[in-house]
Amino acid sequence: MHNFDFVKPASIADAVKALSSDGAQALSGGQTLLPTMKQRLAAPAVLVSLTGIAEMKGVCRGDGGLHVGAATTHATVAKEAAAHYPALAALAGGIGDPAVRNRGTIGGSIANNDPAACYPAGVLGSGATVVTSKRKIAADDFFQGLFSTALDEGEIVTEVRFPIPEKAAYVKFQQPASRFALTGVFVAKFGTGVRVAVTGAGQGGVFRWTEAEAALSRSFAPGAVDGLSLSGDDMISDLHGSAAYRANLVKVLTGRAVAAAG
Amino acid sequence: MPKDHGIGASSKRREDIRFLTGRGVYTDDMNLHGQTYAVFVRSQVAHGRIKSINTSNAASMPGVLAVFTGEDFKDVGGNPAGWLINSRDGTPMREPKRPVLAHGKVRHVGDAYAAVVAESYAEAKDAAEQLAADSDIEELPAIIDMAAAVANASNRVHDEIPDNLCYDWGWIEDNRAAVDAAIKAAPHVTVLELVNNRLVPNAMEPRASIGEYFPGTGDYKLTTTSQNPHLTRLLVAAFVLGIPENKLTVVAPDVGGGFGSKIYHYGEEAVVLAAAKKLARPVRWTAERSESFLSDAHGRDHVTKIELACEKDGTFIAFRTETMANVGAYLSNFATVTPTFLHGTLMAGPYKVPNVYVNVKTVFTNTAPVDAYRGAGRPEATYSLERVIDKMCRELGLDPFEVRRKNFITTDMFPYTTPVGLAYDTGNYHATLDKAIEIGNVAGFEARRAASAKRGKLRGMGLSTWIEACGIAPSHLVGVLGARVGLYDAATVRVNATGNISVMTGAHSHGQGHETVFAQIVAEKLGVPEASVEIVHGDTSKIPFGMGSYGSRSLAVCGVAVTKAIDKIVAKGKKIAAHMLEAAEEDITFENGSFSVAGTDKAKTFGEIAFSAYVPHNYPLETLEPGLEETAFYDPANFTYPAGAYICEVEVDAETGKVDVVAFHCADDFGNIMNPMVVEGQVHGGVGQGIGQALCENTTYDDTGQLLTGSYMDYAMPRAGDVPFYNVDYSCQTPCTHNPLGVKGCGEAGAIGSPPAVVNAVIDALHRGGHTHVKHIDMPVSPSRVWQAIHG
Repeated sequence: MHNFDFVKPASIADAVKALSSDGAQALSGGQTLLPTMKQRLAAPAVLVSLTGIAEMKGVCRGDGGLHVGAATTHATVAKEAAAHYPALAALAGGIGDPAVRNRGTIGGSIANNDPAACYPAGVLGSGATVVTSKRKIAADDFFQGLFSTALDEGEIVTEVRFPIPEKAAYVKFQQPASRFALTGVFVAKFGTGVRVAVTGAGQGGVFRWTEAEAALSRSFAPGAVDGLSLSGDDMISDLHGSAAYRANLVKVLTGRAVAAAG
Repeated sequence: MPKDHGIGASSKRREDIRFLTGRGVYTDDMNLHGQTYAVFVRSQVAHGRIKSINTSNAASMPGVLAVFTGEDFKDVGGNPAGWLINSRDGTPMREPKRPVLAHGKVRHVGDAYAAVVAESYAEAKDAAEQLAADSDIEELPAIIDMAAAVANASNRVHDEIPDNLCYDWGWIEDNRAAVDAAIKAAPHVTVLELVNNRLVPNAMEPRASIGEYFPGTGDYKLTTTSQNPHLTRLLVAAFVLGIPENKLTVVAPDVGGGFGSKIYHYGEEAVVLAAAKKLARPVRWTAERSESFLSDAHGRDHVTKIELACEKDGTFIAFRTETMANVGAYLSNFATVTPTFLHGTLMAGPYKVPNVYVNVKTVFTNTAPVDAYRGAGRPEATYSLERVIDKMCRELGLDPFEVRRKNFITTDMFPYTTPVGLAYDTGNYHATLDKAIEIGNVAGFEARRAASAKRGKLRGMGLSTWIEACGIAPSHLVGVLGARVGLYDAATVRVNATGNISVMTGAHSHGQGHETVFAQIVAEKLGVPEASVEIVHGDTSKIPFGMGSYGSRSLAVCGVAVTKAIDKIVAKGKKIAAHMLEAAEEDITFENGSFSVAGTDKAKTFGEIAFSAYVPHNYPLETLEPGLEETAFYDPANFTYPAGAYICEVEVDAETGKVDVVAFHCADDFGNIMNPMVVEGQVHGGVGQGIGQALCENTTYDDTGQLLTGSYMDYAMPRAGDVPFYNVDYSCQTPCTHNPLGVKGCGEAGAIGSPPAVVNAVIDALHRGGHTHVKHIDMPVSPSRVWQAIHG
């Protein structure tokens, strides 16, 4: 690891200011950034910690849903969201291992937008709203491809607002080595229709499987997706699974997520 | 009632207290006054010509004390191969020099070609990065695929070896014609082509070394992660650096796992010693995990075609195998013997097959060196054999249990000489198979399968009846076969004046539990409490010259040396007692820690005799030296032949291809058991590694020689949730006939016997589920491979 300066502002405004300096990099739980720095693959001049900002932490009921501060750890979401949004709590409780869950944060996860991360599926599948230091962004507009989001330079995710569905579940199939999602599917049933978000499989990162959404909106039953076919054309192919295998997993896991949602 | 003390007791592992409370002392835990830090510069390309290395920038960076390149070591010796293998045509193997640091060419990603030593780790790291940037290495086409390596004579890992072939070995060449004829004439021949996947050893503690030099005396000290400190001393001192052995002490302190990867001498050890001399300061290095992936000797990596010829009723007629074994870029110390004598000689299994022929072509590639890894050759033999038998049973509609029974060597046939040159001294393969069937409740399988089916899972059962040769090894025999070392071991038993005992062993414990088990043996034999026995190992300045621990040899070789030294202690004790008790030596008996005169109540305790030996006031000084310390070297008369039967049950999720091992039953014959709990632990660990190989682990290089599985993000290690609660039985015991403890060895068994049981179970599950087109799936049987096989 190379040397760096470290600041830990107490407010969003101070954090935004600190991030405007040359070579500044936001640090939340550090579960991706710190290993990258240890391998000398990243060398930010200044790390701006977001974990000292009280207004970015915690889980609470708000207008029409559940508000999760961006610097809230997975472990906290797993515990505090359980009574309000069990599927989201279960997703958070299944990320990594206890060490990861007690450091990693929801804001860090979605700002990084790793194509195999769990939270992007939960956020997109819920149709959540991402609140930043300067605006509100719909989940459908936030995720823009592998490790790519709508965030501008220096813009900080401060909160994620989840509408609470009638039924929902996340089912993940683990990559055998990393235990990230080889493929993960988040299914959420709202009064207005069903959303299905898929992580781990798409070459463009998390995506909505709209054919399944239509089928499940007609009939929210595991068998509703049986007749659908999903092309492997846009799927990731790597050591751990071909594109065709991932396409199969998307379909299998969607059915299982519907079954789990009850 | 089970024993609570001595041989056969499940004494708790005394070393675990320090390991589990963080009080172990590993190489990296040692901090020395004035220490400096080495960082190695490793090749980022698989194959390249070193055109220039400009060291001046790195050398002038802050804190940098020295920079080394291959040029600095070009005149010292190479790291030698420990075993000469001759090709079928009688020519010796090709043996390219393995330099301390790569010189002229780099030959695999991770090949160290320079080193920087600095005041701090960070400074050394910075300078190493600079040195890498200042190195001009012309990338050459990488040689990765073995078949292509042999076919393309113009692209060479070593310029002087035109076909990248180390040797083309036949075993036994005289069998070849008969085997060919038998296969040609046989009523049935089953053919199977398979891959034995390359594994990264992944010891929990990465390799680490500290070099020291003492200018006042000219002595060196190397503290290093080694399974065999004397062997490392011999290699680095006598072969590589030219230091007299008596000027170098090698210490292997607590070592966190080896699995074979720490048998070998590595170039980093030579560099820290040379640097320590140059700087007259301690020089330390600890591998990062990425370096372990790139530069530890890997395991396995065979591509094999096996043919099994049999009668229609499954009676074996002949086995023939053709194997390509990947040796990597250089010959690691025992790389040449692993695919040959540790593999080909096991190719008859526990079966009375009359004809066996084995051909192995060992190939250089631009990958990390490959060498012995837990089981070393024997897992490869067992996997080929047990998989092809399973395939034959399916082709002929035969019961796999009955086919084994029909072909087993029977108890009346021992000693039994196989067609591949081993002489099995004893065994009872029917007994272990029967025991496995009993503990695995094979009769209840159908009910379990039906229950799994209700949950949407395909259940299958797989069998493996394995044998291995361990307790390595009789020196005269291995000498004939090309070994360049002896394979005895040694122990010194020092009875101190106050009666407590220090035992110095050539064997090295890096997790096995020697400190407990050897103490149990000593306590039993001398009638003293285990707590009064201390086992000392790992320091060449303290222990007799021993060959270390690998090949499941510690107990069967060094353990026997301990007992032989104890025999000498008892014999001397009798002489002392005879003098003190004024009796004839032949009238003295020794039992339960007491020397007594037969038929009388005259006796001396062991402690009294020890005290007398060191305070020899009433002592036969005219005929007997004072002191009570004896050393014994033991060279075994034969290998030992543990064997057993493993039954694995799996559930397969056909929709995702995921395999769960839901039950694993082991019925092993390890001969006599010294500590049941330690044996169980060894079997658990071995089977865990075998399940890892079967389901999870794989080492993948791309066509350019980049290691795609260079971290735990892509190299899948088994975790606790991937393995079941094991059912381990070792009640079938046919004691080894040629060592006085009657022991065989249990360290590698699990890793040898388990992979084919797992794969056979998966194939069985798929067949029972109607996917009968699936004949074989190569390891690791990962979810995507299973799904692909179902849909392929």
